[in-house]
Amino acid sequence: MPTSTPINIDFYIILATLLFVIGAFGVMIRRNMIVLLMCIELMLNAVNLLMVAFSSYYNNADAQIFVFFIIVVAAAEATVGLSILILAYRQLRSIDISIFNKLKG
Amino acid sequence: MIATLITQILGALTIAAAMMVVLSKHPVRSVLYLVVTFFFISGLYIMMNAQFLAIVNLIVYAGAIMVLFLFVLMLLNLNKEAEPKTPTLSWVIASIAAGTLFIVFIAALKDIVLVTRPGDQVAVSNIGLVKNLGNTLFTKYVVPFEISSILFISAMVGAILLAKREKQTID
Repeated sequence: MPTSTPINIDFYIILATLLFVIGAFGVMIRRNMIVLLMCIELMLNAVNLLMVAFSSYYNNADAQIFVFFIIVVAAAEATVGLSILILAYRQLRSIDISIFNKLKG
Repeated sequence: MIATLITQILGALTIAAAMMVVLSKHPVRSVLYLVVTFFFISGLYIMMNAQFLAIVNLIVYAGAIMVLFLFVLMLLNLNKEAEPKTPTLSWVIASIAAGTLFIVFIAALKDIVLVTRPGDQVAVSNIGLVKNLGNTLFTKYVVPFEISSILFISAMVGAILLAKREKQTID
C-alpha cells in the first residue's frame, strides 16, 4: 500500500542515520567476526533506505538502480568475507576479531 | 493519516530489531533479528512504492545472504563459551562515540535545503515499479550491470579458492 502523499523525507533521514549509527555501534562493541559482518550489512541497508527515500522524493530512478548495485556488491562482499572467516577459524579455532593482530607479523 | 502511522510504526520496529541485532549475546539470534530488520525495511520500501527493491531485498538479503550467515554459524558450531567478551570500557567508549556520531550527522543534516524543481515531488512515485526500473537498468546502466556479473564470478572463484585451501599450521 503506497503512501498517497509525498513522503516525509526528514523521517527517513533520521531513521537511516539511526540505523547507520546502530551498525557503527555494533562494529565498535562486538568482537565476534560474524556479527561484525552483520553490522556492516546493517550500515549498508541504512544507506539503501536513504537512497530509496530520496529516489521516491525526487521521482528519479538512478538511486534505485544504485541500490540494486549495492545489494550486488554486498552479496559478493559477504561471500568473500565469510570464506576468509572460515579460513581463519580453521587455522586459529577462534572467531574473535583480535586474532587478526597476528597479521602484524 | 493511516499510511504515515504505518510508516512510523515500521520505522520504530526497524530500529528495535536493529538494536537487538547488536545487543543479542547469541550470534544465531543476531542473524534472526537481522532477517526481521530486513523484513521491516522491505515494508518501508513498499510504503515508498519501491516494489522491485522490496522484493529483491527480501530474496537476496533475507533469503540468500542471511542463509549464508546461518550456514556458516552452524558449520562452525559455536557455543556460548566461544562468544568473545567485550570489556566494560569498550561499551562506554563505543556508546559515547556512537552518540557523538549521531549528533554530528543530525547537526550536519539539520540545515540542508533540498532543491525541489516544480513537478519533482509527485504524490505517488511510480519509479520503483519493475517496468520503469527495468527500462532504466537495461538502457542507461547496461554496462555496469554486465560488469557486476564479472564481480560475481570473481567473488565466487575467490570464495572457492579460499575455502579449498589445505590445512596449514601457524606457529
